Amino acid sequence: MKTVREIAAERTFLLSALASSSITVGILAFMVFMGLPLLHEGGFFAILGNAWDPYRGAYGIYPMIAGTAAVSLLGLAVAFPLSLGCSFLTAGIAPKPLRGVLRRFIELMTGIPTVIYGFVGIFLLVPIIREFFRDGSGMCVLTAALVLGVMISPTMTLFFRDAFDRIPRAYLNAADALGASRAQKLIHVMLPLAKKGMLNGVILALGRAVGDTLIALMLAGNSAQVPSSVMEPARTLTAHIALVIAADYESPEFRSIFACGVVLYLFTMALTFLVRYLAHGEDARI
Amino acid sequence: MKKVSLLQTALAVSVLALACSPAFCGSLDAFKGEKGVLKISGGTAHIPVMKDVAQKVMAANPGIQITIAGGGSGVGIKQVGEGLVDIGNTGRKPSDDEISRYNLKLFRWAVDGVAPVVNPSNVVKKLTKNQLIDIFSGKIDNWKTLGGTDRKINLYTRDEASGTREVFWEKGLDKGAIAPSAHVVVSNGAMKSAVAQDPYGIGYVSVGHIDRTVAPVALDGVVPTIETVSKGTYKISRGLFSNTKGAPAGLKKKFIDFLYTPDGVKIIEQHGFIPSR
Repeated sequence: MKTVREIAAERTFLLSALASSSITVGILAFMVFMGLPLLHEGGFFAILGNAWDPYRGAYGIYPMIAGTAAVSLLGLAVAFPLSLGCSFLTAGIAPKPLRGVLRRFIELMTGIPTVIYGFVGIFLLVPIIREFFRDGSGMCVLTAALVLGVMISPTMTLFFRDAFDRIPRAYLNAADALGASRAQKLIHVMLPLAKKGMLNGVILALGRAVGDTLIALMLAGNSAQVPSSVMEPARTLTAHIALVIAADYESPEFRSIFACGVVLYLFTMALTFLVRYLAHGEDARI
Repeated sequence: MKKVSLLQTALAVSVLALACSPAFCGSLDAFKGEKGVLKISGGTAHIPVMKDVAQKVMAANPGIQITIAGGGSGVGIKQVGEGLVDIGNTGRKPSDDEISRYNLKLFRWAVDGVAPVVNPSNVVKKLTKNQLIDIFSGKIDNWKTLGGTDRKINLYTRDEASGTREVFWEKGLDKGAIAPSAHVVVSNGAMKSAVAQDPYGIGYVSVGHIDRTVAPVALDGVVPTIETVSKGTYKISRGLFSNTKGAPAGLKKKFIDFLYTPDGVKIIEQHGFIPSR
């Protein structure tokens, strides 16, 4: 028998769940609606595939899609080994008291605003990259990816740690009983068992990397071109929205940023579904 | 104890001096008894002058609050047109379409130039206009070609909303292409610090913003300075506008009027612009 209070609570929760999910769908609908005129004029694929040259009437966002992919994937490539090392260290290799301290530090790092990373990047990393590679201005895909990698790695590390913590004690004990070294235990027992939790960490970190605006805006140089090497400047979708939002509301430039929004949205969604699917497949095999 | 009292006296004296300094007493009288908030946004070249005037007005009249934001000329027009701010600044003349759509009233209070700038350590400080066009289109991409060090030229340009970009593109590059590899920065201030940081960079800023951190580039033998701009020998010049939606009244009007008083003119000159009369 459900009391009135229980029913009321149930309904309230249902309502808030409905509200948050309908807002998500509503935002997509809104962006598609606002982007419609541009889609009518040029066709959706023309926008996705074309170059950005407003003075010649080209409002394609392909360079920005390429820029986002380059910066965020490279950032992920930087962050993954970093996070893996950090989580191994705090999960088993470092002495106990040090683990706690390290963990606190990592937690603290997740809270640092991205603009701080951007500032440090501009004054510290940009001149180093410029003089080390002696090519370009130092504001490039590589610089942004390095800083982005450092920015997202604490989130990733914490997820990895949590995944390690959820491994049943008995498995670890069994490994110890078999005489496995700490490194062997990590690689052969913990890593395979924590795979799913780690995958979640990777998705979330990639989501942060794709969605971050300031680091790319400050460090990637914002050139509307497809970068042909990591030393070249590039513009991400988020930075593009930030740069163009100032344009006239009626202009095609302004409308094109809704296409950017839709692409960002679908990209993140597709990514989430893909990884969910992969994780599901893993489960089925076990 | 003695230290504190000394400090207090000094403070009191300086406040008194500020409030009654003969230079500003007359022009600031107009703001007496005014109260309220004045919001300004738009052109980033205007910001130093706007800040200076706002500080003086607010110091003399604590009842007035003035906020200043950037964003670029495009933002200035859009925000003043939509009623989000009281004054929208532009570093170009608003187009006829913009004026009629938003019923804008224009006030051109200064003349400014847009100058190509390089890092002070760069030896290339003279260019012809054709060289400038070739540099920005990407045809010339190494400083060595121009007699400098053997390093790639890093281009810096401004975002779509920039009036400075529009003026430079129209009068400096004769509407030539700007290479897509150019870095994009969002204000005159950001452009200055980007070029000041990058020994191999070239960009363009408002002449009023040039200081020792960046070096102006002589174009066809004419160094862009306040003198050459006012004489008309340096050709890439533009007006600095403050725009209101409809005829300004009250605080808006007083603020704009102040820019035309002798004290306002002095502030404009101090920041490296040529006051228009």
